[in-house]
Amino acid sequence: MVRSQETVEETRERLIQLDLVTRAPEVTEVDARPEAGVAVDIRGLNAWYGSFQALRGVTMAVPRERIVAIIGPSGCGKSTLIRCLNRMNDLVPSFRADGVVLFEGENLYSKGVDAVDLRRRVGMVFQKPNPFPKSIYDNVAFGARINGYVGKLDEIVERALRQAALWDDVKDKLHKSALALSGGQQQRLCIARTVAVEPEVILMDEPCSALDPIATLRIEELMRELARTYAIVIVTHNMQQAARVADYTAVMMMTEDRAGELVEYGDTREIFTNPQKKQTEDYITGRFG
Amino acid sequence: MARTAFERQLTEVQEDMLVLASMVESAIERSVRALKERDFELARVIIADDLRINDKRYEIEEKCLELIATQQPLASDLRTIVSVLYIIVDLERMGDHAEGVAKIALMLVDEAPLKPYIDLPRMAEIAVRMLNESLEAFKHRDAAHARAICNEDDEVDALYDQVYRELLTFMANDPRTIQRATYLIWVAHNLERIADRVTNICERVVYLVEGRIEEMNVSKY
Repeated sequence: MVRSQETVEETRERLIQLDLVTRAPEVTEVDARPEAGVAVDIRGLNAWYGSFQALRGVTMAVPRERIVAIIGPSGCGKSTLIRCLNRMNDLVPSFRADGVVLFEGENLYSKGVDAVDLRRRVGMVFQKPNPFPKSIYDNVAFGARINGYVGKLDEIVERALRQAALWDDVKDKLHKSALALSGGQQQRLCIARTVAVEPEVILMDEPCSALDPIATLRIEELMRELARTYAIVIVTHNMQQAARVADYTAVMMMTEDRAGELVEYGDTREIFTNPQKKQTEDYITGRFG
Repeated sequence: MARTAFERQLTEVQEDMLVLASMVESAIERSVRALKERDFELARVIIADDLRINDKRYEIEEKCLELIATQQPLASDLRTIVSVLYIIVDLERMGDHAEGVAKIALMLVDEAPLKPYIDLPRMAEIAVRMLNESLEAFKHRDAAHARAICNEDDEVDALYDQVYRELLTFMANDPRTIQRATYLIWVAHNLERIADRVTNICERVVYLVEGRIEEMNVSKY
């Protein structure tokens, strides 16, 4: 896929030309990575649940090694959009989508795409921590086992737990039940379980809404670390969280017929200090929504 | 989603800022009057009033910090509060400049004037007019007006040049005038700095409206 070979500068230039990014972010250590490009390219995505249109004409690019936050009022289609990125919506019988979601040069909605394999490469962390009723070790090793991995599981488990900033907390009790961990630890375990199968993109749907402020900040720090390796898309109702962690922020709104549309997408600092669209301004200043 | 309490507090800090500005404006006008009319009592009042200006600035600053801490303002709300925070510092420093003029008025109260004061009151008049206009631009969120005001600073700079040259001539011709002339150069400098600080306010108005921080008219001093 041509776009996966793009440099950061080329990607940024393209986003600017598409009017999706209003200002280039400052150069940081992460920005300097030459291999960065677009992870997921969404073009004209429409989605329906039965006759109800949930998304209309969403076009946006998710850069590699960056965090994209999706914000907007309840019911604007944020979760539907994020679930389109690993076809989680396929599990809803009445769901259908058209448009293009390019990942690794392939439209995710083309016939022949293996949704199960896709979900390994595009992992997901949910609102409520959902560890399996198994040991900490088995939770992390689960994905590798079902994918038939034959290497050293211990190494995979340790690496994933370290990536999820959980290793020091659990290294002496790997074979204890995951359910004994605190809520914040459980959520980090779910992140470890996700990264253990080495995805390229991590989707997070309100990952901190069930956590206390300290656990929330730890997850946010972890997200910044993970963004050195993965593209992360996070849906959040917490605008301060989006402002703290995301490189880019997408603002979605419901139209009159309740379909979700992308209103504005750009550099997070611009969105929160100087949004270009009145709808964004009204929403983030709490005067609408 | 109404934010009535926040809206009220946001309006309040802006109104407080305008109150502070009117205190400063009055201090500037009265300081030059105290100098011109050699009014000892008025100069003392201005110096005493500067404490009230300082207190008002800190009161507004605390309100702004409280709003940031408790309301997490964003977008134009955030820019408004940040602008107010910067503008009150400039206003307070203008008050200090007016106090400086009043202190010199006290020192010159028993001295015969070197000449009739024409240019110094003119500088004060332009600076106060610029201040008023900048606050109008703030109230009406008028970036174009803010940019235009900055050009008036050149007029104040030109008057400063003129006063400076004239006072140098006095000193060169008669060394007995050196102390009085030096004091008056300080008065002119204070007034020139007040006008410069108005351009800072104008920069904040542009930031408030357009979200861009740009340096506008860079004074030659």
